[in-house]
Formats: sequence, structure tokens, C-alpha cells
Amino acid sequence: MSERISRGDVEHVARLARLELTDDEIDLFTGQLGDILEHAADIEALDVGDIEPTSHPLPLVNVLRRDEIVASVDRDEVLAQAPANEAGQFRVPPVLGEEP
Amino acid sequence: MTDFVAPASTDDTPIEPTLPGGWELVVGLEVHVELDTATKLFCGCANQFGSEPNTNVCPTCLGLPGSLPVMNETAVALAMRLGRALGCDVNRSVMARKNYFYLDMPKDFQTTQYDQPTNSDGKIELGDGFVVGIERAHIEEDTGKSTHVGGGGRINDAEYSLVDYNRAGVPLVEIVSRPDVRTIEHAKAYVEELRGILLATGVSDARMEEGSMRVDANVSVRPHGSDELRTRCEIKNINSVRSLGRAIDYEARRHIDLWTNAGAPDQETRHWDEEGGRTTSGRSKEDADDYRYFQEPDLVPLEPSSEEIAAIDASMPMLPAARRAALLAASDADADAIGILVERGQDELAMVAIDSGADGDKVVTRLVNDLAVDDWSNVTAESFTALIQMESAGDLSATQAKQVLGDLIEKGGDPAALAAARGFEAMDTGELESLVDQLIADHPDEWSRFSRGDDGDRKKMQGFFTGQIMKATQGQADGKAVAQLLAQKSA
Ligand SMILES: [Zn+2]
Repeated sequence: MSERISRGDVEHVARLARLELTDDEIDLFTGQLGDILEHAADIEALDVGDIEPTSHPLPLVNVLRRDEIVASVDRDEVLAQAPANEAGQFRVPPVLGEEP
Repeated sequence: MTDFVAPASTDDTPIEPTLPGGWELVVGLEVHVELDTATKLFCGCANQFGSEPNTNVCPTCLGLPGSLPVMNETAVALAMRLGRALGCDVNRSVMARKNYFYLDMPKDFQTTQYDQPTNSDGKIELGDGFVVGIERAHIEEDTGKSTHVGGGGRINDAEYSLVDYNRAGVPLVEIVSRPDVRTIEHAKAYVEELRGILLATGVSDARMEEGSMRVDANVSVRPHGSDELRTRCEIKNINSVRSLGRAIDYEARRHIDLWTNAGAPDQETRHWDEEGGRTTSGRSKEDADDYRYFQEPDLVPLEPSSEEIAAIDASMPMLPAARRAALLAASDADADAIGILVERGQDELAMVAIDSGADGDKVVTRLVNDLAVDDWSNVTAESFTALIQMESAGDLSATQAKQVLGDLIEKGGDPAALAAARGFEAMDTGELESLVDQLIADHPDEWSRFSRGDDGDRKKMQGFFTGQIMKATQGQADGKAVAQLLAQKSA
């Protein structure tokens, strides 16, 4: 079991994402996420003091599109993808608590 | 938990004089404005208020797998324009994902800016010279809209919710002020001033009632003279400038009550309940902010050139503060009246009329009093100026000018033609004089009180004679000319 992430951390992140995990899954993901953080730690160990931070792998800025309307998709087709709809809207289970 | 019950606040009474002993208000404001673009921030769906639900949606704004966002150039241009209007630095910026799970956000994250916002460090100067600092003004996308069904529409009792994603992905700028505001009046003035800047720059239509401008207030209190920042609460769901004042007033009293009787308030988001006139607790503490921000890998940084920023500055229209100063310099009228005209966008009418030689104070007063209507699109600077000139020349009495202005508001056109259509013709001085003579002959007692009485009598009788003349001429006589004639004849 990794020391970089605890079962508690995984449970917390799962709850934020509203994922219901079994005990076995929590064990599995704690190990996998630990491996990822382990890999990040390897990179962290390198001396990168002289390297400019990048925010994107490609050296691109200002990729923009013109402000022109493109046809939207058919509403019935979209709503048909959802488990339930009503009055042209997506119908979802009741939500507890206010919007973040 | 029992909610604090504050005495009902009277709308526009400033809180300060009644703040219980020694407390000071500290307010910061977060204002979301929808940008006036044709399309959404990351896709070509229409940015349109009031469409049928879910008709302006596509895979990108529905967050479907495989879709990719591409930034709208007009949204970026408008955001930078607002930044410069607020005196901000316009920076290289990076989009970020703010992760949270809620039905209004189909991607389960909101694309926004985090540690590298487009605009930072600006200010807004209010009408009375008070300056509110702007911390940042960043670009982000709006969320969808949910309606809670059953349980009387209350979210926690709802049977289910309906979601419309037309608004999801609409471009926003969030303007975050520093906690500089100390009075309710300044909080309201800040929002009005920001609204004026948004309209002047064409960045947003800034309609609070349609939600294209939404104001959240961070409220705390502290002992007078202290410079600490105590626990604040963020008040949401404020739908008008008037509600903003009421919400801050209520919340400040709630905090003072807690600090005095129970200890620190909880740092939380609270909702303004317009009908109940109070704020109520929002999210449970369990859902404390934990947004796990990270840079958006599907979008590249925005990097405006100094030429671009210079071009924005060069095309900046005159902003409300400068327009107030200009009209004040030209008219010497009352500062509040000038503020009202600039807010209504009628300062241009005043400036043109004053430039043509009309009296500044008179022009401002006439506009403030007689053009207090929602739709004055038929009134042009030329027609208004012509009307003021006719009045100044004595071709129209004040009452007549007011009526012609009414016609102008309703149908527009040439004020001379409108006056003629109403049968308003400048009354011949000879005709007026004979009317005055007749009146004096008919009322000798009143006349002697006018010509020989004390000041009070004279004033009263002047009113009497003027009233009679107006009655006889159906308001067409020029009040000033009547006063002159009366003075001449009693000399
Ligand atoms: Zn879309």
C-alpha cells in the first residue's frame, strides 16, 4: 500500500465525484493512484530550476474561433440519450443542497 | 439551529447610523456578467436569453465525450475591454478546471481561470470619489439552469429537478472587488457604476432581472478602527440593487448579533430570501470548497500583445466617470442630477443642447424631470436642442415645451412641427398685454395688494394673476413674460 495516498483520501475524492466504491475498489484505486503519485515524485526529484514552466505541451497561444453561430443539435435526439426528460428538459433525481 | 431574526429593514435607509455600537461593515462584491456575444464561450451555440429549453446545446456545452472546446475571440476581446475599462493589467492567462458535481454543470467541472486570470488590479471610482479596488476580472463559462419540482419548489424537498443547458457555456466575466466597501450606499453605487461601465463599453447588457448581471456580496463586520478581516459570509441570489442593500443590512446585523452573543459566525454561502427579508444557510459544511483546480489541457493560454491592448485603449469610449466630469464642467448643475443623466445615457443630449448655447442648469433639470421614461429612443440630440431653443426664445412656454417633449418621446420628429400641430404659437406681446390690462381692470383689489402690499402679498397676488392668465390662455402664455408685464405695470 502506498504512503502517498490513504484510503481516506480516495474515499474523499470519490465522494466529491459522487462515485460509490466498494471496499475492494478503494484498495485497488488507492494502489493505482499511489503508483501515479510515485511517478510524479520521480519527476519532482529532477532539478528543473532552469526550465520555464509550461502550461501546455504545445507551444501555442491564442487559438480562437470567430463568434459565429453554428446550428445546435436536435433537442429530441439529445433528450433521448438521457434516462428521463420532461417538457424539453433533462429530468434528474432530486439534488440535496445548494449549487456550489 | 434558529436563524437570527433582525428587525425588518427599511429599504434605503443606510445601516451605518443604526449599526450597534462600534461595529464597522466590510463588504467585497463578486459580480458575474454575461458577455454580449453571438455564441457561447467554447462552441457555436447561440448565446441567447429566453430560447426554448435545450435548443442552444451541442456536444461541447453538454460535456459529451470526445467534444473539444475552442475559445470565442469576441468573448476574449470583450473581457479584455472590460479589464482596461476597470484600469486592470491585462495578463497572459490560462484556463483551469474547477471540479464539482452538480446538475447544472454537465461536464462536472466549470472552465474558468484560477491563478492566472486575464485581468487583475483595477479600480472603480464612484460618483462621490470613493475608490473600490478590483482584485481580478476573469473569464469563465456560465452554468445551466435547474428547476426543482415538487415540495413547493424548495430544493431540499423537491421530488425531482429539470435542467435546461441553454445557459451552460455562455461566456462570463467575474469581477471580484477588494473588501473595500464600508457602507451599503457604496455597495449599491459600485454595482450601478459597474453597470454603467458595462453598458458604455458594450461588454454586457447587464440586466439584473434577466440574470445577465448577478451580484454576490461577501459580508463581515469588525470593531470600528480595526483592520482585521473577520469571518465572512457570501450572500447569493440577490436580484436587484435594492435587494443588495437589504441583504447586506440583514447579514451585518446577524453577524453583530453572533459576535455579541454567540461567537464567530460560520464561514459559509448563504442565500438571500427576498420575501422573508433574510439570509438562509446554503450548503452543508460537509461540501466545503474542494474544487481540485487544474489547468485545462484542452485549451492553450491567452497571450494578448501590447499592440492589441493599445488598440483596446484607443477605442475606449468615454466612461461614466469622465462623462459626469464633462457635464459638470459644462453645466455647473447639481452633481446628483448629472449622475442620473449619465446613468440614463442622456448626458449626450444635455451636452449638445449646452454646446448650442442653452443654459446648462435648465437643460439638466428639464432632462432629469421630464425625460424620466424607459423608452426615449425617439428623442435625438438635435430635436431636444431645437425644443430647448424654442423655449429659451419664448416661442414656447415651459408648460408647452413639456407637452411637446411628451410628443417627441412618443413619436419623435421636428419639435416646431409638433408645437404647430398642438396649435402652440408664441403669443404676441401685445395680445398678452391686453389680457393683463383686462385682468387688472377686473380685479382692482387684488391689483392694489400686488402693487402696494408687502412681499408676501405681492407674491401671493403674482400667483393669482399668473394663474388667471394661464387659465385664459390654456397654459400658452410664457410665465416669464407675464411676470415682466406685471412688474412693469406696478412700477
Ligand atoms: Zn454548444
